[in-house]
Amino acid sequence: MENKVVLSVQKLSKHFGDNQVLKGVNLDIRQGDKIVIVGASGCGKSTFLRCLNCLEDPTGGHIYFDGEDLADMKVDINVHRQKIGMVFQNFNLFNNLTVLQNVTLAPIIIAKKKIRKIKTKNFLTKIGNFFTREKAPLLEINQTIEEIKAQANAKAMELLKKIGLEEKANAYPSTLSGGQKQRIAIVRALAMEPEIMLFDEPTSALDPEMVGEVLNVMTDLAKSGMTMVIVTHEMGFAKNVANRVLFMDEGVIKEEASPEEFFGNPKNERLKDFLSKVL
Amino acid sequence: MNNDYGLLWEKFTSALIDKNGYKIVLEGLLNTLQIAVIGLLIGIIIGTIIAIIRVMPKYKVFPRILDKICGCYVELFRGTPMMVQLLIGYNVLLPILGISVDSGLPVAIVVFGLNSSAYVSEIMRSGIQSVDAGQLEAGRAVGLSYWTTMFRIVIPQAIKNILPTLGNEFIVLVKETSITGYVATIDLTRAFTKLGSDSMSYVIPYLMLGVAYLIIVLLISWSVRTLEKKLKKSER
Repeated sequence: MENKVVLSVQKLSKHFGDNQVLKGVNLDIRQGDKIVIVGASGCGKSTFLRCLNCLEDPTGGHIYFDGEDLADMKVDINVHRQKIGMVFQNFNLFNNLTVLQNVTLAPIIIAKKKIRKIKTKNFLTKIGNFFTREKAPLLEINQTIEEIKAQANAKAMELLKKIGLEEKANAYPSTLSGGQKQRIAIVRALAMEPEIMLFDEPTSALDPEMVGEVLNVMTDLAKSGMTMVIVTHEMGFAKNVANRVLFMDEGVIKEEASPEEFFGNPKNERLKDFLSKVL
Repeated sequence: MNNDYGLLWEKFTSALIDKNGYKIVLEGLLNTLQIAVIGLLIGIIIGTIIAIIRVMPKYKVFPRILDKICGCYVELFRGTPMMVQLLIGYNVLLPILGISVDSGLPVAIVVFGLNSSAYVSEIMRSGIQSVDAGQLEAGRAVGLSYWTTMFRIVIPQAIKNILPTLGNEFIVLVKETSITGYVATIDLTRAFTKLGSDSMSYVIPYLMLGVAYLIIVLLISWSVRTLEKKLKKSER
C-alpha cells in the first residue's frame, strides 16, 4: 500500500520576465519519501524547491498541501509554511539572535499569536453574553506564555543535544562554523514539527570537511521517517538515502527512478551525459 | 570698542546667577533636548514604517499606492526648509485648525518629528537593503509574517548598520533646534540671546552658546560610539 500524498504538484510553471524556468512540473510527494533532485545548475531545481513553499510565487499550476492550493494567492501561506521546513544553502540563521533564540523564535511567536486570537474571541463572546440570556461558552487557554516559552526552550535544547551543540545555545551565529550553522538551521526548521522538509543545496556552501557532519544529521532525519525533498550535488548521499531520484533539465523532470535504476541504468541522454561528468 | 573681558564676564555671570538667568538657560536646554529627542523618536517610528512600506514587494496595487504616497511625503519634507515648515505649522496650520498654544514647543516637536522621519526613512531603507535578503526568506520560511520578520529580524540588524548615520541625524536635529526661537519656543539659542540683552553684551553669551552646543554634540557622538561598540560585542 502506498503512503498518503503529503504534497502534490501539478503543472507547476514559473517564469522571471521572459525567462521560463519551470515548464509544467508534476510531482506527488508521499509521506516518508526521500526525494533527491539533481541537475545542472540553472535547470530550475532550486526554483522548483522554492516554489513548493511559495518563497517564489508560482506563475502557473497548483501545489496541494493540507487540502489547500498554495499557488492560490488567497491562501494564508504563513500557516502552511509552519508545516514545511526549509534549509538554505547559506544557512540564513538570524544574525541578531542567539542559537537558542533562532530555534525558539517562530514556535513562541506563533503560539503567542494563537493565544491572542483566543483571547480576542473570548472577549467578543463575553460582550455577546452580556446581551443574550444563553451564555456562550468561553474557549479555554490551557497554557500561559511562560509555559510556552519553557516548553519551546526545552524542546530546542533537546534538539540541540541530538546534534551535539547544546553548549552553543547562547552563542551568536557569527561565532559558529559553517557546519554548525547548517545543523542549527536544520534544528530550527525541525522545531516547528514540519510534515515535510525542503533542503536547498544544504552542503554547497560548506568546507569539504564539514559536509559529513551535516549529511549525518540529514541521514538520521531520513531514518526517523521524515518526508524530505533535497536538491544536492552529493551523489553518494542520493544513492544511500533517497528512495526516488529526479533529474531536472530545461524546466521539467526528465527522469525519475529509484537510486539503483537512476545511477545504474539511466535512460535519458542528458542524464547519461550529466552523470558521466559528476560521478 | 569695549575689550574689557573681565567686565563682560562679570556682566554675564551677574545676568546668569544674580538675575536668575540660569533658570531660562536650563529651560532652554531642556526644550532643545526635548525637541531633538522626541523629534528623533517620532522620526524613527514613522521613518521605519515608511521604509518598510517602500521596500515591500509590490505585486499588488495597494502597496504600490502606499509607496507613492510615502514617496511624496518624503520629497515634501526634504524639499522645503525646516524653518519654512515651522513657520507654516505655527502661523498657518494652527490658526486654520483653531488651536491656540502658549508656546511653540508642541509645534516644534511635531515638525521636527515629521521632518526627521523623511530623512530617517531613507537612512532606514538603505539599512534594510544592507541586510542579506536570506534573513527575510528564512523568517518567512518558518511561517512568520512579513511584518513580524521585519520587526524581529531585519530591522534590528538594519539599525545596527545605520547607527552612525542615525547619530548624525540626531546631531543635526539638536543643532537645528536653534531655529525654533522663531516660533515662540525658548530653546538654548533664545535663552542665551536673552542673557545677552539682559547683560547688554552678546560677546560672552554667544561664545558660551557655541560651547554649550559643542558639549552636547560631543556627548552624543561619544554615546553613539559606545553604543556601537556594545552592540558589536554582543555578537561575538
